Amino acid sequence: MAQTAVVTKQESSFALPNVRAILLPWLGVIPFFIFAYLFLFLPSSSLFIDSFQDAEGNWTLANIAGLFEEPIRSGFILSIQVSAVTALIGGIFGFLLAYAVTLGNLPPWLRSSYVTFSGVASNFAGVPLAFAFLTVLGRTGVLTAFFKLFGIDLYEAGFSLYNFWGLSLVYLFFQFPLMLLIMIPSLEGLKREWREAAANLGATPFAYWRRVAFPILLPSLLGTMILLFGNAFGAYATAFALTGGRINLVTIQIGAQIRGDVLHNPNLGYAMALGMIVIMLVCIVGYTFLQRQTERWLR
Amino acid sequence: MKTDVVRNVSWLSWVVIVLGAVYFLAPLLGTLDYSLRAVRDQLSLAAYERAFADPKFIESFLYSNVLAVATILTSILLIVPTVYWIHMYIPKLRPWVEAITLLPFVIPAIVLVFGFIKTYSRPFEAFSIPLIPSPLTTSESTLGVLVMGYTVLAMPYMYRAVDNGLRAIDVQRLTEAAQSLGAGWGTILFRIILPNLRTALLSGALVTFSIVVGELTLATFLGVKAFGPYLQQLGQHKAYEPSALVIISFLLTWLAMVLINAVTRGDTSSTAASR
Repeated sequence: MAQTAVVTKQESSFALPNVRAILLPWLGVIPFFIFAYLFLFLPSSSLFIDSFQDAEGNWTLANIAGLFEEPIRSGFILSIQVSAVTALIGGIFGFLLAYAVTLGNLPPWLRSSYVTFSGVASNFAGVPLAFAFLTVLGRTGVLTAFFKLFGIDLYEAGFSLYNFWGLSLVYLFFQFPLMLLIMIPSLEGLKREWREAAANLGATPFAYWRRVAFPILLPSLLGTMILLFGNAFGAYATAFALTGGRINLVTIQIGAQIRGDVLHNPNLGYAMALGMIVIMLVCIVGYTFLQRQTERWLR
Repeated sequence: MKTDVVRNVSWLSWVVIVLGAVYFLAPLLGTLDYSLRAVRDQLSLAAYERAFADPKFIESFLYSNVLAVATILTSILLIVPTVYWIHMYIPKLRPWVEAITLLPFVIPAIVLVFGFIKTYSRPFEAFSIPLIPSPLTTSESTLGVLVMGYTVLAMPYMYRAVDNGLRAIDVQRLTEAAQSLGAGWGTILFRIILPNLRTALLSGALVTFSIVVGELTLATFLGVKAFGPYLQQLGQHKAYEPSALVIISFLLTWLAMVLINAVTRGDTSSTAASR
């Protein structure tokens, strides 16, 4: 033992200048990694570890199994449904908006104000957004009252701002602009030569879109829609402010669990958080992969 | 040459644009109209006056602005040296740092704050000996944790802004030129790198500002009386004041975005001119 200790000591003192030369370049990034460790890895890994333990600290998969039981199961299902619907509608209509803005021969002022507005709207989430919709389309909202003047009672007719469709309607306010902002560069990347080449070969505009432009844009379209999915999936503030916490999303359930252990099992709460991270991770990996596919064509 | 097809396309574009405009403007104009009707049968700014007169509004709003400034400074101090260092010395580290800066997208705010509460509401221990008391017990250190959380939320945007900014200038050559003229590290960082990153930092800072002011999730669960929780509370028992503050929030976000546009547009034209 003593011998080996001596040997390593000798070695290290001998190699000291070299070690310093190797370590020095890393010095400048150390604060960043300490920060990332303390405020990203440590909090999330502690959730990760406790997801696989029971209250006494024994290893178990019961919490993960618990994610597939009520009430958590329906929370995940509702969150996934809202995210999927707003990603799909937001994706399609957001793409049409991006198309109109880039290739629609609009007057320049309209174009630029649309782009600026989208920057604002994609950042205008949370409490103010929820309140704006409540003011206009809530049970006593301005538009709700306006429709009543014409004998149309929105809430009698089945509409509600506080359920699945109402929440989706509100989420679309930041989904459309995000889609628009990400798709504009892709649409601008479509080269004029491709369109001309297709036209010279006798392609109709429809054939050009179906056979050339759309296949090129498809990875970017799908990737951005996945991003929209994640964007809605992680949202808490908007849903909370809109419904006062009376909608069964995963994020709302986690919020209730933080306020007071409503599941009567803290580790089950950690497992929910882990479940969210896993879904978000799949989204981000999918988005990054598809975005790379697009970059091959659109430089 | 305008063919029928082009005219068809722009006709469809108009429909989409108008539908979009109705959807986007209805909630905003409706809220604006509502916020001006606090006094019966007339348009007035009464809701705004009452909202501004509430000392809790001033307090929480200033508080959030201070938090935003603290977050911006922390982000700059954290990100600029890191990105600079990677550009200069260890480019092979870039994919790793980039992946880390994407993590805030993977960890939603509600999960992040959950992890914070779990990790930081008990003392730090080494071999069961408490070393540092729990950071979430005093209000000062809770604020520190909150600012760190906001720095995490802002990280993807700040990193990208700084990274783009440094890509646009030749960091290596600028540093070498400064060194050969006898500049030390402080001079290089504060008189060469930071001034060249002005526009990048400004746009990063404005995005950070619009994230932090009005943020609800982290502030609520860490129990900090910031503007987001205040507005949420106000909505529970007031009708007109919240809509006035919604309009103010929207205008602030709008102002931040217009400034970013103005700043970055100037940036691209100046780099194009310098090439």
